[in-house]
Amino acid sequence: MVLVYAEHQDGRFKKAAFEATTFARKSAEALGSGVTAVVFGDVEEAGALGESGADKVLKVDVGSIAEADNAMACDILHQIAEKVNARLVVLNHSSFGKSVAGRLAVKSNSGLVSGVVEPVSSGNNGYIAKKSVFSGKAYATYEIESDMGIVTLMRNAIPVDRSGSAVEVENVDVDVPDSRLEIISSDVKKGEVPLPEAELVVSAGRGMKDPSNWDIIEELADALGAATACSRPVADADWRPHHEHVGQTGVAIRPNLYIAIGISGAIQHLAGVNNSKVIVVINKDPEAPFFKAADYGVCADLFDVVPRLTEAVKKFKS
Amino acid sequence: MNSLVCISKTPDTTAKISFTEDGKKFNSEGVSYIMNPYDEWYALVKAIEVKEKLGGEVHVVNVGPASNDIIIRKALAIGADKAFRVDKDPESSEDVSAQVAAFASDKGYDIIFTGKETIDHNGSEVGAMLAQHMSLPFVSYASDMEADEGSANVTRDVEGGTQTVKVSYPFVVSAAKGLAEQRIPNMRGIMMAKRKPLEVVQPVDASSHLAIQKFELPAEKTGVTMIDENNMDELVRLLHEEAKVI
Repeated sequence: MVLVYAEHQDGRFKKAAFEATTFARKSAEALGSGVTAVVFGDVEEAGALGESGADKVLKVDVGSIAEADNAMACDILHQIAEKVNARLVVLNHSSFGKSVAGRLAVKSNSGLVSGVVEPVSSGNNGYIAKKSVFSGKAYATYEIESDMGIVTLMRNAIPVDRSGSAVEVENVDVDVPDSRLEIISSDVKKGEVPLPEAELVVSAGRGMKDPSNWDIIEELADALGAATACSRPVADADWRPHHEHVGQTGVAIRPNLYIAIGISGAIQHLAGVNNSKVIVVINKDPEAPFFKAADYGVCADLFDVVPRLTEAVKKFKS
Repeated sequence: MNSLVCISKTPDTTAKISFTEDGKKFNSEGVSYIMNPYDEWYALVKAIEVKEKLGGEVHVVNVGPASNDIIIRKALAIGADKAFRVDKDPESSEDVSAQVAAFASDKGYDIIFTGKETIDHNGSEVGAMLAQHMSLPFVSYASDMEADEGSANVTRDVEGGTQTVKVSYPFVVSAAKGLAEQRIPNMRGIMMAKRKPLEVVQPVDASSHLAIQKFELPAEKTGVTMIDENNMDELVRLLHEEAKVI
């Protein structure tokens, strides 16, 4: 059995939940197995995971502490993995999934490959898993040589399939251990797509000259329905919030479209974005290294080009 | 308040990434190595800040060969009091976490710090594995931490925001950007580091469940299509019709 953990936010599945379930289904097909999904707490229409290939959805009656306390989450997932005789456990490569996966690997004495980008297949001695390494600059393929394998799925690595139909949801009884953590507060923006999950990203760098010039970036992002990001010098100068910093020491992202505006494309920046499907570079310096990594380029003054692009997007959308 | 900081060696952020001909190993020829930035800039400095506030000592541990001593000395120069090196070229994060757990289990550290991930393997695995080996709470991706006697309030980065949790000692925490401000070692620190203890520890047996099949580089981009700056409608058309991303 392939066991997949489905993440939700306040009772609504994240896109990551359907990505992980789609991935679990593709892996299960290669391994000749079924898919059981597990959710913690109440989720609206939890059976919808069937659309992405879950045969069954198990619901564990625990509060939000289980998402914050990886020891508790690990203990619960370990019990369920034993119950369903899991051969492969799929988590997202998220703050939750990454924190739990290492614990579960130790607890169940299993091999872990984190940040996988392709469905798992069968090898001579176990399971074959391919992951992203060197901040997206290379890939590594491993064979997991243990009875059970664990993987965390890189975001936007595979397109979501929701062509199936909803399945039934079953409550599952587990022993819930005491938590050694207490949640003091949570500050998560509602309704806004977090940068790592965004499909379209508009990003800007030092070429903007001053933080007060960012309105043209925000207008383009609004027109596209994109998230905004920035380069490291801009975040370090406090022109933009640190959570917007993409690159080797910031957030690594892989959106469908990355528009880089006034960013030269230093190797550390490229490391965080070069797995984007399509890269557009707008820079007035024809020697900017970013053009070599780009699919489309515009060599011109960004203060002229960006408002024109925003108008073109608005025209296209209407 | 005694802390242990796990430090790791990674290729310099500007290193050219290539692999040996059989694709099984990273090609280290001509590559310079550094302390993993998350370990150095955030984990180590935060441990020093906790010591400055509450007293105690900061120890660092690395799993690696004698050639890693140069990185370990840098940690001592930044402000760690004592260093340990488990004498083994580590095979995997499973290996590293098992070695550090075996070393730290009877030392009574109050806080064990790791970086949120290494910039080469990006696994984000060692902190969680270590915490499980030692049956400790693990707070991941800490971008702020208020350590007091008895407990600490740790703010962690989660998708779309932050979450603050209260945790009692001992615990494991992984450091993200924002947890502390990078410190550059000064001459006095560098001189003092030469006299600080660096103890070599024998490794324990640890198994690994992963076998590398191959490393590979992504397919190269086919080349950039340049668009006239006065024709943004054309760019939008290409993004829609050719690239199919909008």
